[in-house]
Amino acid sequence: MRMHRSEEIWLTVTTAFLVLFLLIGGYLTVQLAMSPPSHRETIDPQKVGQTAPFDNPGVKKIGENEYEVVMTLEAFMFTPGDIEIPAGAKVTFKLTSKDVVHGFEVAKTNINAMVMPGQIQQITQTFDKPGKYLVLCNEYCGGGHQFMSAAITVK
Amino acid sequence: MELVLNPTTSTQQAVKKVLGVKLQDAKLSLSYLSVSFAALFVGGIMGLLQGLDRSGIMPLPAWLSYYQVLTAHGILMLLVFTSTFVVGYIYAGMSYTLDGLLPKVRRLGWIGFGLMVAGVVMVMTTVAMGDASVLYTFYPPLAASPYFYIGLVLVVLGLWSCSAGVFINYRYWRKLHRGQPTPLFAYFAMGIFVLWFFASIPVAVEVLTLIPWSMGILPTINVMFSRMLFWTFGHTVVNVWYFVAVSAWYVAVPKIIGGKIFSDKLARVVVILLVVLNLPGGFHHMIIDPALSNGVKYLHAYMSMAVAFPSLMTVFAMFAVFERVGRKNGGKGLFGWFKKLPWGDVRFLAPMIGMISFIPGGAGGIINTSFQLDQVVHNTLWVVGHFHLTVAMTAAVTFIGICYWLIPHLTGRVLTPKMNKAGVAATLIWTFGMILLSGSQHLAGLSGDPRRTAYTTYNGSEVAASWDPYELVMGIGAVILLIGLLLQVYNVFHLMFRAPKGNTEFPVAHADDEKSTPMWMERWGLWIVIMLLVIGMAYAVPAVDFIVNAPPGSPPIRTW
Ligand SMILES: [Cu+2]
Repeated sequence: MRMHRSEEIWLTVTTAFLVLFLLIGGYLTVQLAMSPPSHRETIDPQKVGQTAPFDNPGVKKIGENEYEVVMTLEAFMFTPGDIEIPAGAKVTFKLTSKDVVHGFEVAKTNINAMVMPGQIQQITQTFDKPGKYLVLCNEYCGGGHQFMSAAITVK
Repeated sequence: MELVLNPTTSTQQAVKKVLGVKLQDAKLSLSYLSVSFAALFVGGIMGLLQGLDRSGIMPLPAWLSYYQVLTAHGILMLLVFTSTFVVGYIYAGMSYTLDGLLPKVRRLGWIGFGLMVAGVVMVMTTVAMGDASVLYTFYPPLAASPYFYIGLVLVVLGLWSCSAGVFINYRYWRKLHRGQPTPLFAYFAMGIFVLWFFASIPVAVEVLTLIPWSMGILPTINVMFSRMLFWTFGHTVVNVWYFVAVSAWYVAVPKIIGGKIFSDKLARVVVILLVVLNLPGGFHHMIIDPALSNGVKYLHAYMSMAVAFPSLMTVFAMFAVFERVGRKNGGKGLFGWFKKLPWGDVRFLAPMIGMISFIPGGAGGIINTSFQLDQVVHNTLWVVGHFHLTVAMTAAVTFIGICYWLIPHLTGRVLTPKMNKAGVAATLIWTFGMILLSGSQHLAGLSGDPRRTAYTTYNGSEVAASWDPYELVMGIGAVILLIGLLLQVYNVFHLMFRAPKGNTEFPVAHADDEKSTPMWMERWGLWIVIMLLVIGMAYAVPAVDFIVNAPPGSPPIRTW
């Protein structure tokens, strides 16, 4: 099919941009392992309270300045709801839902993950800056959704 | 194709026509448009209530839940206003360009109308009763009343009835005009309904499993699989609204401004690409979900970007049309032609604003789908700002522009200069309100303000307090938007019942190359096969994975 010269230029340049986006995204994913949270591990959503490690949610030290937070989400709370960790700590959150779909967001950080019933989600972050961080549920989960929040204090 | 004014020479049978409009076909389209604007009216009030509550300007009364209002707003705007507008507009255009609807097709259109209205009434009743505060995405295991899902099934069946009508009329015309390419409008109609029909199949499957589950017959549901089925549809349906706007840009806008279609062939290539490339992409709504491999997410994220290609072709084609018309009108220099466009004509202004909104709208879409960037804005107000730019500006404002010729065309009335001014005012007020609303939503979302959340201070959190100014602007935007919306609804009413009688044409532009359009473009069987192959490539592996590696399912849960 015949095309106008200027149209050819336009489409070539814009397509080159899209391919560049694709390559940068691929590079970040594969080389720098900067991929969105995609943990694969299942759990019986009706037996979360009886299944390890979610039968005992809380903060665990697993290495030098390395922590694991085992957390359950349910309408309308995070357990544990108040977390304290030292500055510079690398924290891995292990999350699952006891009921409906929830979101796990720590405002002003890149922590953002969907937490589905039946699935265990995982996300890691290093908290360099001390302060109080707001954890909130960012997926509608019912009538009290706006009250679903928790706090992380970095000292 | 010349318009047949003599009723007895119509190719089908004697159909009553007044000034080129087939009365029976006009009645069908007008019924759809009436429902559409009634939905816009109610949905708009719901939007205002949300804006006022979220911004803290005026909290909702205790008997009305924010999430109930949000569910109603989402369903009325995203599903009812758009769907019924599209059917009304496409059926009117088909009637005009294919020389009347077949009686059989008109009947299918009415059956579709009955099913959709019944379905919407059922859905909205459950929402009003507080038995379906599940938002328009109704993610299980949130379980609404079974009647909510049954209503949705009726809406989908209505859509299928209308789709069958489009396919039958198209085939009939092809048979009658062998060797001739179909009119471009009908070609668009075919593309839009093929895409819409196939996109609705997965959501139909989802809803059909949710019915027995919500009634307690099926004890549990596969949450991830349902979610995939929903987004296969949800991602595509917004592109259907965009596709409809594109059809008006190509076919009607050049005629309105006294120009020609840039290229008939290019327009048809855009239709084919929009059909073939659209469905794979659903997972870009699930980028931060568990249980989906990064490979699959990456594939979908960038497959959904493929839609940018036909969009860029459209931008080029449309601006080429504008430049030619502007120069013909005496525009000089590199950009002088831009000023020579008929900016005071709502039939041009509204779709043009729609087009321009798609520049930031499309760019935001590329950001959302850019994988790592999505993690920053996922489920924040940014996303809400994004789809208000794309659906409520690009698509809806183009639809608004269409009203000012489509409705008088159907009612045998004319657009007076005064009504044109009222239309310009509605468009500008709407646009201004949306700039405030969408702009503040983008900014709030970028700093983490979550979407789908009633007013809250999160126990006096400092971060949450920093979102307040944006939310206030959002509330003001919602108020301004409602003023524009009310004016628009009034204008529609006026064009339907009050405007002076006369003849308004259905604007169909022509292209220099339309006689040489190759016939292979009409081979829909081929495009559908390619589309299904692309869908298979995108979904087969994760779909099987979601079933084979599924955890125990979830029971129905009501948390509101
Ligand atoms: Cu929640």
